[in-house]
Parts: sequence; C-alpha cells; structure tokens
Amino acid sequence: MGDCHGCPANSLATLPPPRFGAPPRRHIVAIVGPPNSGKSTLFNRLTGLRQKVANFPGVTVEHRMGRVKLEQGRDVFVVDLPGVYSLTPRTEDERVTHDVLSGQMKDIPRPDAVLLILDSTNLSRHLVLAAPVLSLGLPTLVILNMADDLKSRGGELNVAELAMQLGSPVALVSASKGVGLEKIFQFLSGATLGAAPLAPLIQLPVIQDIPKCRAWATSIGNKTGYHAPAPPLWTRRLDAFFLHPVCGPLVFLVVVLAVFQTIFKGAKPLMDAIDAAIKHSGHWIGHLLPNEALRSLVVDGIWKGVGSVVIFLPQILLLFLFIGVLEDSGYLARAALIADRTMARFGLQGKSFIPLLSAYACAVPAIMATRTIESKRDRIATILIAPFMTCSARLPVYILIIGAFIPDRNLIGRFLGMQAAAMLGLYILGFVAAMLTARLLKSTVLKSRRSSFMLEMPPYRWPTVRSLALRLVDRSKVFLYRAGTVILGVAITIWVLSNLPLNHGRPPAIEHSITAGIGHFVEPAIKPLGFNWKIGIGLITSLAARETMVSSLGTIYGIEGDQHSPGLQQALHQDLTLGGAIGLLVFFAFAMQCMSTTAVVRRETGGWFWPAIQFAYMTGLAYICAFLANKIVTFWS
Amino acid sequence: MQVSFKKRSPSKKDRAKNLTELKPGEAGVLAKLDLPEDDARRLMELGFIPGHSVTRGLSAPGGDPRVFRVDGSEVALRRETAVRLILR
Repeated sequence: MGDCHGCPANSLATLPPPRFGAPPRRHIVAIVGPPNSGKSTLFNRLTGLRQKVANFPGVTVEHRMGRVKLEQGRDVFVVDLPGVYSLTPRTEDERVTHDVLSGQMKDIPRPDAVLLILDSTNLSRHLVLAAPVLSLGLPTLVILNMADDLKSRGGELNVAELAMQLGSPVALVSASKGVGLEKIFQFLSGATLGAAPLAPLIQLPVIQDIPKCRAWATSIGNKTGYHAPAPPLWTRRLDAFFLHPVCGPLVFLVVVLAVFQTIFKGAKPLMDAIDAAIKHSGHWIGHLLPNEALRSLVVDGIWKGVGSVVIFLPQILLLFLFIGVLEDSGYLARAALIADRTMARFGLQGKSFIPLLSAYACAVPAIMATRTIESKRDRIATILIAPFMTCSARLPVYILIIGAFIPDRNLIGRFLGMQAAAMLGLYILGFVAAMLTARLLKSTVLKSRRSSFMLEMPPYRWPTVRSLALRLVDRSKVFLYRAGTVILGVAITIWVLSNLPLNHGRPPAIEHSITAGIGHFVEPAIKPLGFNWKIGIGLITSLAARETMVSSLGTIYGIEGDQHSPGLQQALHQDLTLGGAIGLLVFFAFAMQCMSTTAVVRRETGGWFWPAIQFAYMTGLAYICAFLANKIVTFWS
Repeated sequence: MQVSFKKRSPSKKDRAKNLTELKPGEAGVLAKLDLPEDDARRLMELGFIPGHSVTRGLSAPGGDPRVFRVDGSEVALRRETAVRLILR
C-alpha cells in the first residue's frame, strides 16, 4: 500500500482537480525525547492554545496532537509522545511512542519528520537515544534543551560540530524561556515543503548494544567539546531537606493542611463574588422575560441549577494549581520515593503513587498515567483503586454538605478550621479505602511477585507561570464545557419533570411532580442511608458526573423555594438529618459515579470485566458504609 | 566465569561489593548487573553501565529505596535491586 505513494502515474490519474485553497496534505512531526527533557514544554510553546482540548482531560496524555502555525498560512501538526530511553518499549506509554514512530499507530500516519529533544545538561547520556532515532531515517532536528541551565551551571559544547557529527541540524534552545525557537520553526517549514530526507552519512553503533551506544555518545560528546555542567546544587540542597527523615514528611503535612484551609477560606471571596453575580444576573434576566414558565425555566432551572456548580470553579482551580506545582517542580518523584515502602506494604510500588496523587485532581488522567507501571497486575490494581482518591468533582458536594452541617469553628487556632479538618478526613478516608482495596486485590486475584522499582529523580525546576496557566485554562474549559452540556441538560430535564404533569394548565406543587414520583420510587432503597427522595434524584443524576448532584439539588430546591428562599445550604440543613448528611459524604467518598472513568477503565483494561467489578465493588461499599455512618451518627446524636 | 566462595563463608573482604554497601557519598565502579535481561537493559538505559562510576546519594526515610548518582542523573532503586549490582 505504501509503495504507491511515490508512484507518479497512479497519483496523477486519481488526483482530484486542483481547487483554489484546497487543503494540502497534513504534515506530521513527532516530538521524541527521554523523560524530563522538556517535550511537553516545547509542545506547548509551539502550539500555544491551539492544541485540541478533549472534553475530559487525559485522553491527550498518550499522544497529544497540536497545530503549529507557520508563515504564509501554512501549518504542521506536531505530536507530543511519552518519554522514552530507547525505542525498545517496556511499558504501555513507551509502546505508544514506538508505535507512532514506526507507523503502526491507528489514526496517525507515520511522521514526516522528528524533533529529537535532549537535555543539554546531561547530553552524553541522552545522546544514546539519538542512535535509534536517527537510524529511523526520518529528517530529524536535534534540539538541545535547557540551554539556560547548561550556561548557568558552566557547561559548554560546539553546536555546529555536533550537527556535523550527527549528520542532522542541531538547535540549542530553552523551551521554558522560549529562547532559540526560530530554528525549530525553520525546520518545521522545511518539513511542510517535503524536504527530501538526508541519508545519514554517519556511522551509527549497533542499537541493541547499550554499552556500545553509550561509548558512541561519549565519543560524539568529546569530539564536540561537550563539557558537562556542574551538578545541580539546589536540587541537592532541596533533597537534603525534602528527603530528611523528619523535616520531609512534616513539611508535606503542613503544606497539605494549608492547601485545605485555603480551599475553604481563601477561595471564599471569589466564590461569593461568582455566587452574587449569578444571583443578580438571574434576577435581571428574570425581569426581562415576560412569560412566567420561561422565567422559571431560566431562573430556577438553569441559573440556580448550573450556577450552583459553577461557583465551585475557584476551589477546583486552586486544587489543580497545587497539583500542577507538585507535578511541574519535580517533587512528585520524591513523593513516590518516600511512599515506596508504604506502597510495598500494600502490594504496590512507589510508581503507583504518582497516578494516585494526580487522581486527587481527576481519576481519568490518573488511570492513563498508570501506563508507566511495568507490571501489568500492579497497573490493574492501581487503575481499580484510583477512583477512591478524592477527585475534584467530589469537591462541590463535600463543600456544600460540610458547609451546611459542620460548624465553622477553629480547630487548631486560625490555622485549621473544623470544616477544613472534616474535608481532610474525607480525603484520608478515600486514601485508606484505596490502600485496603489494593491489599485485598494484591493478596488475591492480582497476586504477583514483588516488582522492581527504578525511578529517575529529575532536578527540581521552577514551575513556569505559562505551564500552570495552561493547566488552569484547560481545566476551566473542561469544567465549563461540562456545566454547559451535561449539567445544563440534566438541569433542564429536572426542571421539566418537576413542572409536569400540568394541573389545569398550571405546574403542580413539586411534591406531585414526575420528579417527586421518580424520587419516591427510589426512596425505599436509600431511606436506610438517611436520604430523602430529593437526594435520590441527585444521586441518579450524579451518575453522569458527580458534581451534577449539586446542580440537581439546586434546581429542585430552587423550584420549591420562593423569591425569599434561603440558599441551598440552609435548605439542605433543614431537609436532611445529620446522620443522612454524614452518610451522604461517605457515600460520595466511595461510590463510583463517573461515566468518563468507567469508559477509560474499560479502554485501558481492554474489556468490561474490570470496570463492572469496580462499579459493583465501589457502589456496594458506598452503600454499606453510608448505612453504617447514618446509623452510628443518628445513634450518638 | 564467576568465582565462587562457597567453601568458605564469604567475608566482606573476599566477596565483591555491591551497591548497598556504599556509604553515603561513596563511589564505586560498576562491574556487572546480576539481573534478568529485561531489568538489566532498563538499568543500563538509566546509566548503570559496567565500567561507569556510581555514587550513593540520599535515601527515603527508613533507608529504602536509595538514590544513586550515575552518569549525570539520580536514580532510586530498591535494596533488592541494588544488591544485584556488583562493584569492581
């Protein structure tokens, strides 16, 4: 099939007549490099905000495609690939890189050219990857990243000589500072013009023999006057602190407590501002609309429903900012190191800790991130426990219920309030459930011998404002997209069902509506947990996405209340017992209520078996524990 | 190829040292990786190549896993892996 590409007679016959402005063939350039060489930073630099944003984060973790605009309206697609040390794949994410480069990946044609990005501060070792990549025979630009680090730490090399030695163009850049990118754009321009690949004139070593490859890399380094920079002094100093047996864990604890307190207190003004804006705009729009039914739909159904979720955006962004700082700074690798012994006790290893930490943001990218785990059984165990980690979609529900039922008092001076402590407790609850489940899985169905743990510790780096801002913008888009589609749809549905059947042309009291009918139908099942029918409706809708619970309650209580109705929190406080509230929190901590997660588990485990088990186990556990929590709290209070 | 000391109980002096016996900050030259092909390959890709120098760095609280400086980077290994990396 591929043989016919260059065949002129054939292609002339089948070519459509030239149209003005017809789109030219897509040109694809792959970004390849070892882990932590700055591939994603470069990718974000090149594509800016023009990268495809999926409707849930994480689908792009495997290989992200983005468009780079070049001069004269031309453009080229770049693919960001997972980091590899060689082209011999060992893990699932490395297989993606291998498959894309060899043209075996569905949906992606074999790349036209390669951007090989290497860390210039550790060039001798990173050059080992150049041998297999150059031997692919694709036009390759060798990008030496972290030029600023190399210079400030006193390293040097002769770029022109390296280009000679490798038989490929070489660019010395700093992707994070955006220095030296012109040469990359030049190369990409050439790639779109279909520049003929230069046959490498150089002698490459036998790729399979790593010591020989390494010796080759050293000799290239020597010939180009490469002088390795001094070791990263600050990384050593920070490690002495963060890996200190006492200081390390202590600092981590203080930071985590501070973050929880900030989510409750720091985000409050912003949250109140958004809340006020939604209320005022709701009133304003209400006055503009003449029809009473239409006014009720917009103000009670949509505004109160969707608005009650949107106000949690500041908290969610705050959480993402914190996790972004952890990921970008390089601390996550240290956390994995510290956690390894504990994880080993539960049958997992330190590498499982990284996806679990990112699951605090969202389980979907976390499940994708398990691809870095070599052992298949460890990987499945990590996938199965990841949704127990408290994801950001639970945050609105937690904040709503805790705000309504837990008194706002200080616990440890002004540093930690009772509400923040309650939320921390829920986070710990999820983590403990995850660990015990891992233990259960690894001592039964997923039993395996202890897997090895090898993890490179990257130097600490300042997270760039750019990369953090990109994350937040990305997350806001996902969140608002969901609010504008799924949650909006559910809110409208609930409003319609709450206003039917019409009684002499007038909507019924909510107690006699279809919504209430459905709610009352499921009520017997959830009554033992202390939930009423309204919570039941919320639980049904939360299967779409957890935060939909809040919008559904917002709509139901919004219709029920009149103009002077108190906020959602007060309404809940009057309508739910303390036992029911605690039960609801416990239920949300354990239950598997997220279609995106189930879909991604199915894809990553290759079937419905594991997602079905996961759903049944988590929901069953949630039901039993919520029941116990309700009974215990009701008994005590 | 490997010299066996089965007759005498191996004392530290005659037995080849492995990575776990390095003190913090101490360096040694790697002789061989006594591991399955798969693991040995990944370790070599990470820089653990026979003939290269390895320096012991910090460790996790509790002493395991340990960080080793090798070929310009730092890599954490569990004790059970480090014990199989034999020094000259």
